Amino acid sequence: MSLLNEMSQKAFDMGVPISVHMDVTYRCNERCVHCYLDHEDHGEMTTAEIKNVLDQLAEAGVFFLTFSGGEVFLRRDFFEILEYARGLMFNVKIKTNAVMIREDEARRIRDLGVDTIQISVYSHRPEVHDAITKLPGSFVRTIKAIRFMRDQGLKVTIANVLMTWNLHDSDGLQKLAGEVGVHYTLDPTITPKMDGDTSILSLRIAGEELPEVFRNPALVPNLEEFCAPPKPVSEDDLEGYSCSAGHSFCYISPYGDVFPCVQFPLPTGNIRQQKFMDIWNHSPELKEVRSIKAKDLTTCSSCSHVSSCTRCPGLAYMEGSMRGPSSADCEKSYYRTGIPTANMLRKAGQGPVGSLVQIRPLAALA
Amino acid sequence: MPETYITRSSAIAARMLAGEMMVMNSMDSTFFTLNEVATAIWQAADGRTPLREIVRSQVCEQFDIDADQAQTDAEQFVSELSQHGILLVSDQPIPTTRAPEAR
Ligand code: SF4
Ligand code: SF4
Repeated sequence: MSLLNEMSQKAFDMGVPISVHMDVTYRCNERCVHCYLDHEDHGEMTTAEIKNVLDQLAEAGVFFLTFSGGEVFLRRDFFEILEYARGLMFNVKIKTNAVMIREDEARRIRDLGVDTIQISVYSHRPEVHDAITKLPGSFVRTIKAIRFMRDQGLKVTIANVLMTWNLHDSDGLQKLAGEVGVHYTLDPTITPKMDGDTSILSLRIAGEELPEVFRNPALVPNLEEFCAPPKPVSEDDLEGYSCSAGHSFCYISPYGDVFPCVQFPLPTGNIRQQKFMDIWNHSPELKEVRSIKAKDLTTCSSCSHVSSCTRCPGLAYMEGSMRGPSSADCEKSYYRTGIPTANMLRKAGQGPVGSLVQIRPLAALA
Repeated sequence: MPETYITRSSAIAARMLAGEMMVMNSMDSTFFTLNEVATAIWQAADGRTPLREIVRSQVCEQFDIDADQAQTDAEQFVSELSQHGILLVSDQPIPTTRAPEAR
């Protein structure tokens, strides 16, 4: 195990929030077709509030801090926030669409010792990228910004979200990333919208297409191993937890709401009303998330895939129960191995499952 | 013998976990953990206090370690970290715009 993994495991075992994802705004200058956010400002935290949260996070032991949005650079105080965070010695990663980054911004980001910049790009074809972002000219501006940042010696990753619109552009975009000299990652997960609208799920790649996606080495380095039938489920597997959400990782919204993960919208408290550590240590919801082992899962505990499945408890929660299966992951497990999942077998014996449970940010409900 | 002054690079991130200081260099993603003694030196690396003074006040007195041994260990530690670009070393005081305090 690498030293980094060892420390991450230690944080998990001790319940230290070693990693936090913080969205500083939901406002955006793009209108991506697959985006799940409500871009209205419902009362974002002020500069002072965010600085106070950062102080608390440093105190709580947070080391890895991801700033994301919305588009982070729409906040005029973003560099002030960034500088403050680096002053507190966080390892900072920024997710952005980069259209507002020019040479000057790239240099400032480098000077502040930011670790990684992850930039959303959806295709190597400008017309496809711009059609997805609905911002004409965004492809050209984003790629230009990526070159500025690369020239500054920053670590840049192009992150592609695969959906029906760009399913066949992955190879081309990966090649472009190689030419520009930056990393490339791929994510086939489309998350339902926060306001309850599940229409964007129609952009999800159909299960039958997944085998083609899996053939991409950027997503799957070892295809044979990846597609192997699952190993028999052991006692240890059933004692295992799903992921780091709520154990050593959490998400904070621009309104100060704390959730186990950006993809797990279970409200656990608001940082404007409570100290971060009070939420982290005492929230009944977080305690519940932490208590769930594989053996406690309703359908998954009897599934042959349970030890190797990428089951996301957040997606499962949005589907109705954080102890239940996540259909998107069931599809992946099935199309990966050809072996039916417990969820499929269960559904085959029943009618269709209920609709997705939807969550809005707490502030929007207030 | 000239004095040695040390300061932390602005490219690093650091945080305490279970009594150890995690340190990561954003330039090349190298990741270290420092033990208690190394952490004490690290935290005192303000660019103004000579290393000899740091060793005396932060190491010998706090951890009850022999002065010569502590000085030799500290010099080795400083040279290792400077090779990784994590500590900056000079025989003159190093002006710093900010001296962030990792917790
Ligand atoms: S599996 Fe889901 S809830 Fe867990 S960290 Fe990943 S996205 Fe978040
Ligand atoms: S394949 Fe489906 S039912 Fe099986 S463990 Fe994964 S999410 Fe659960």
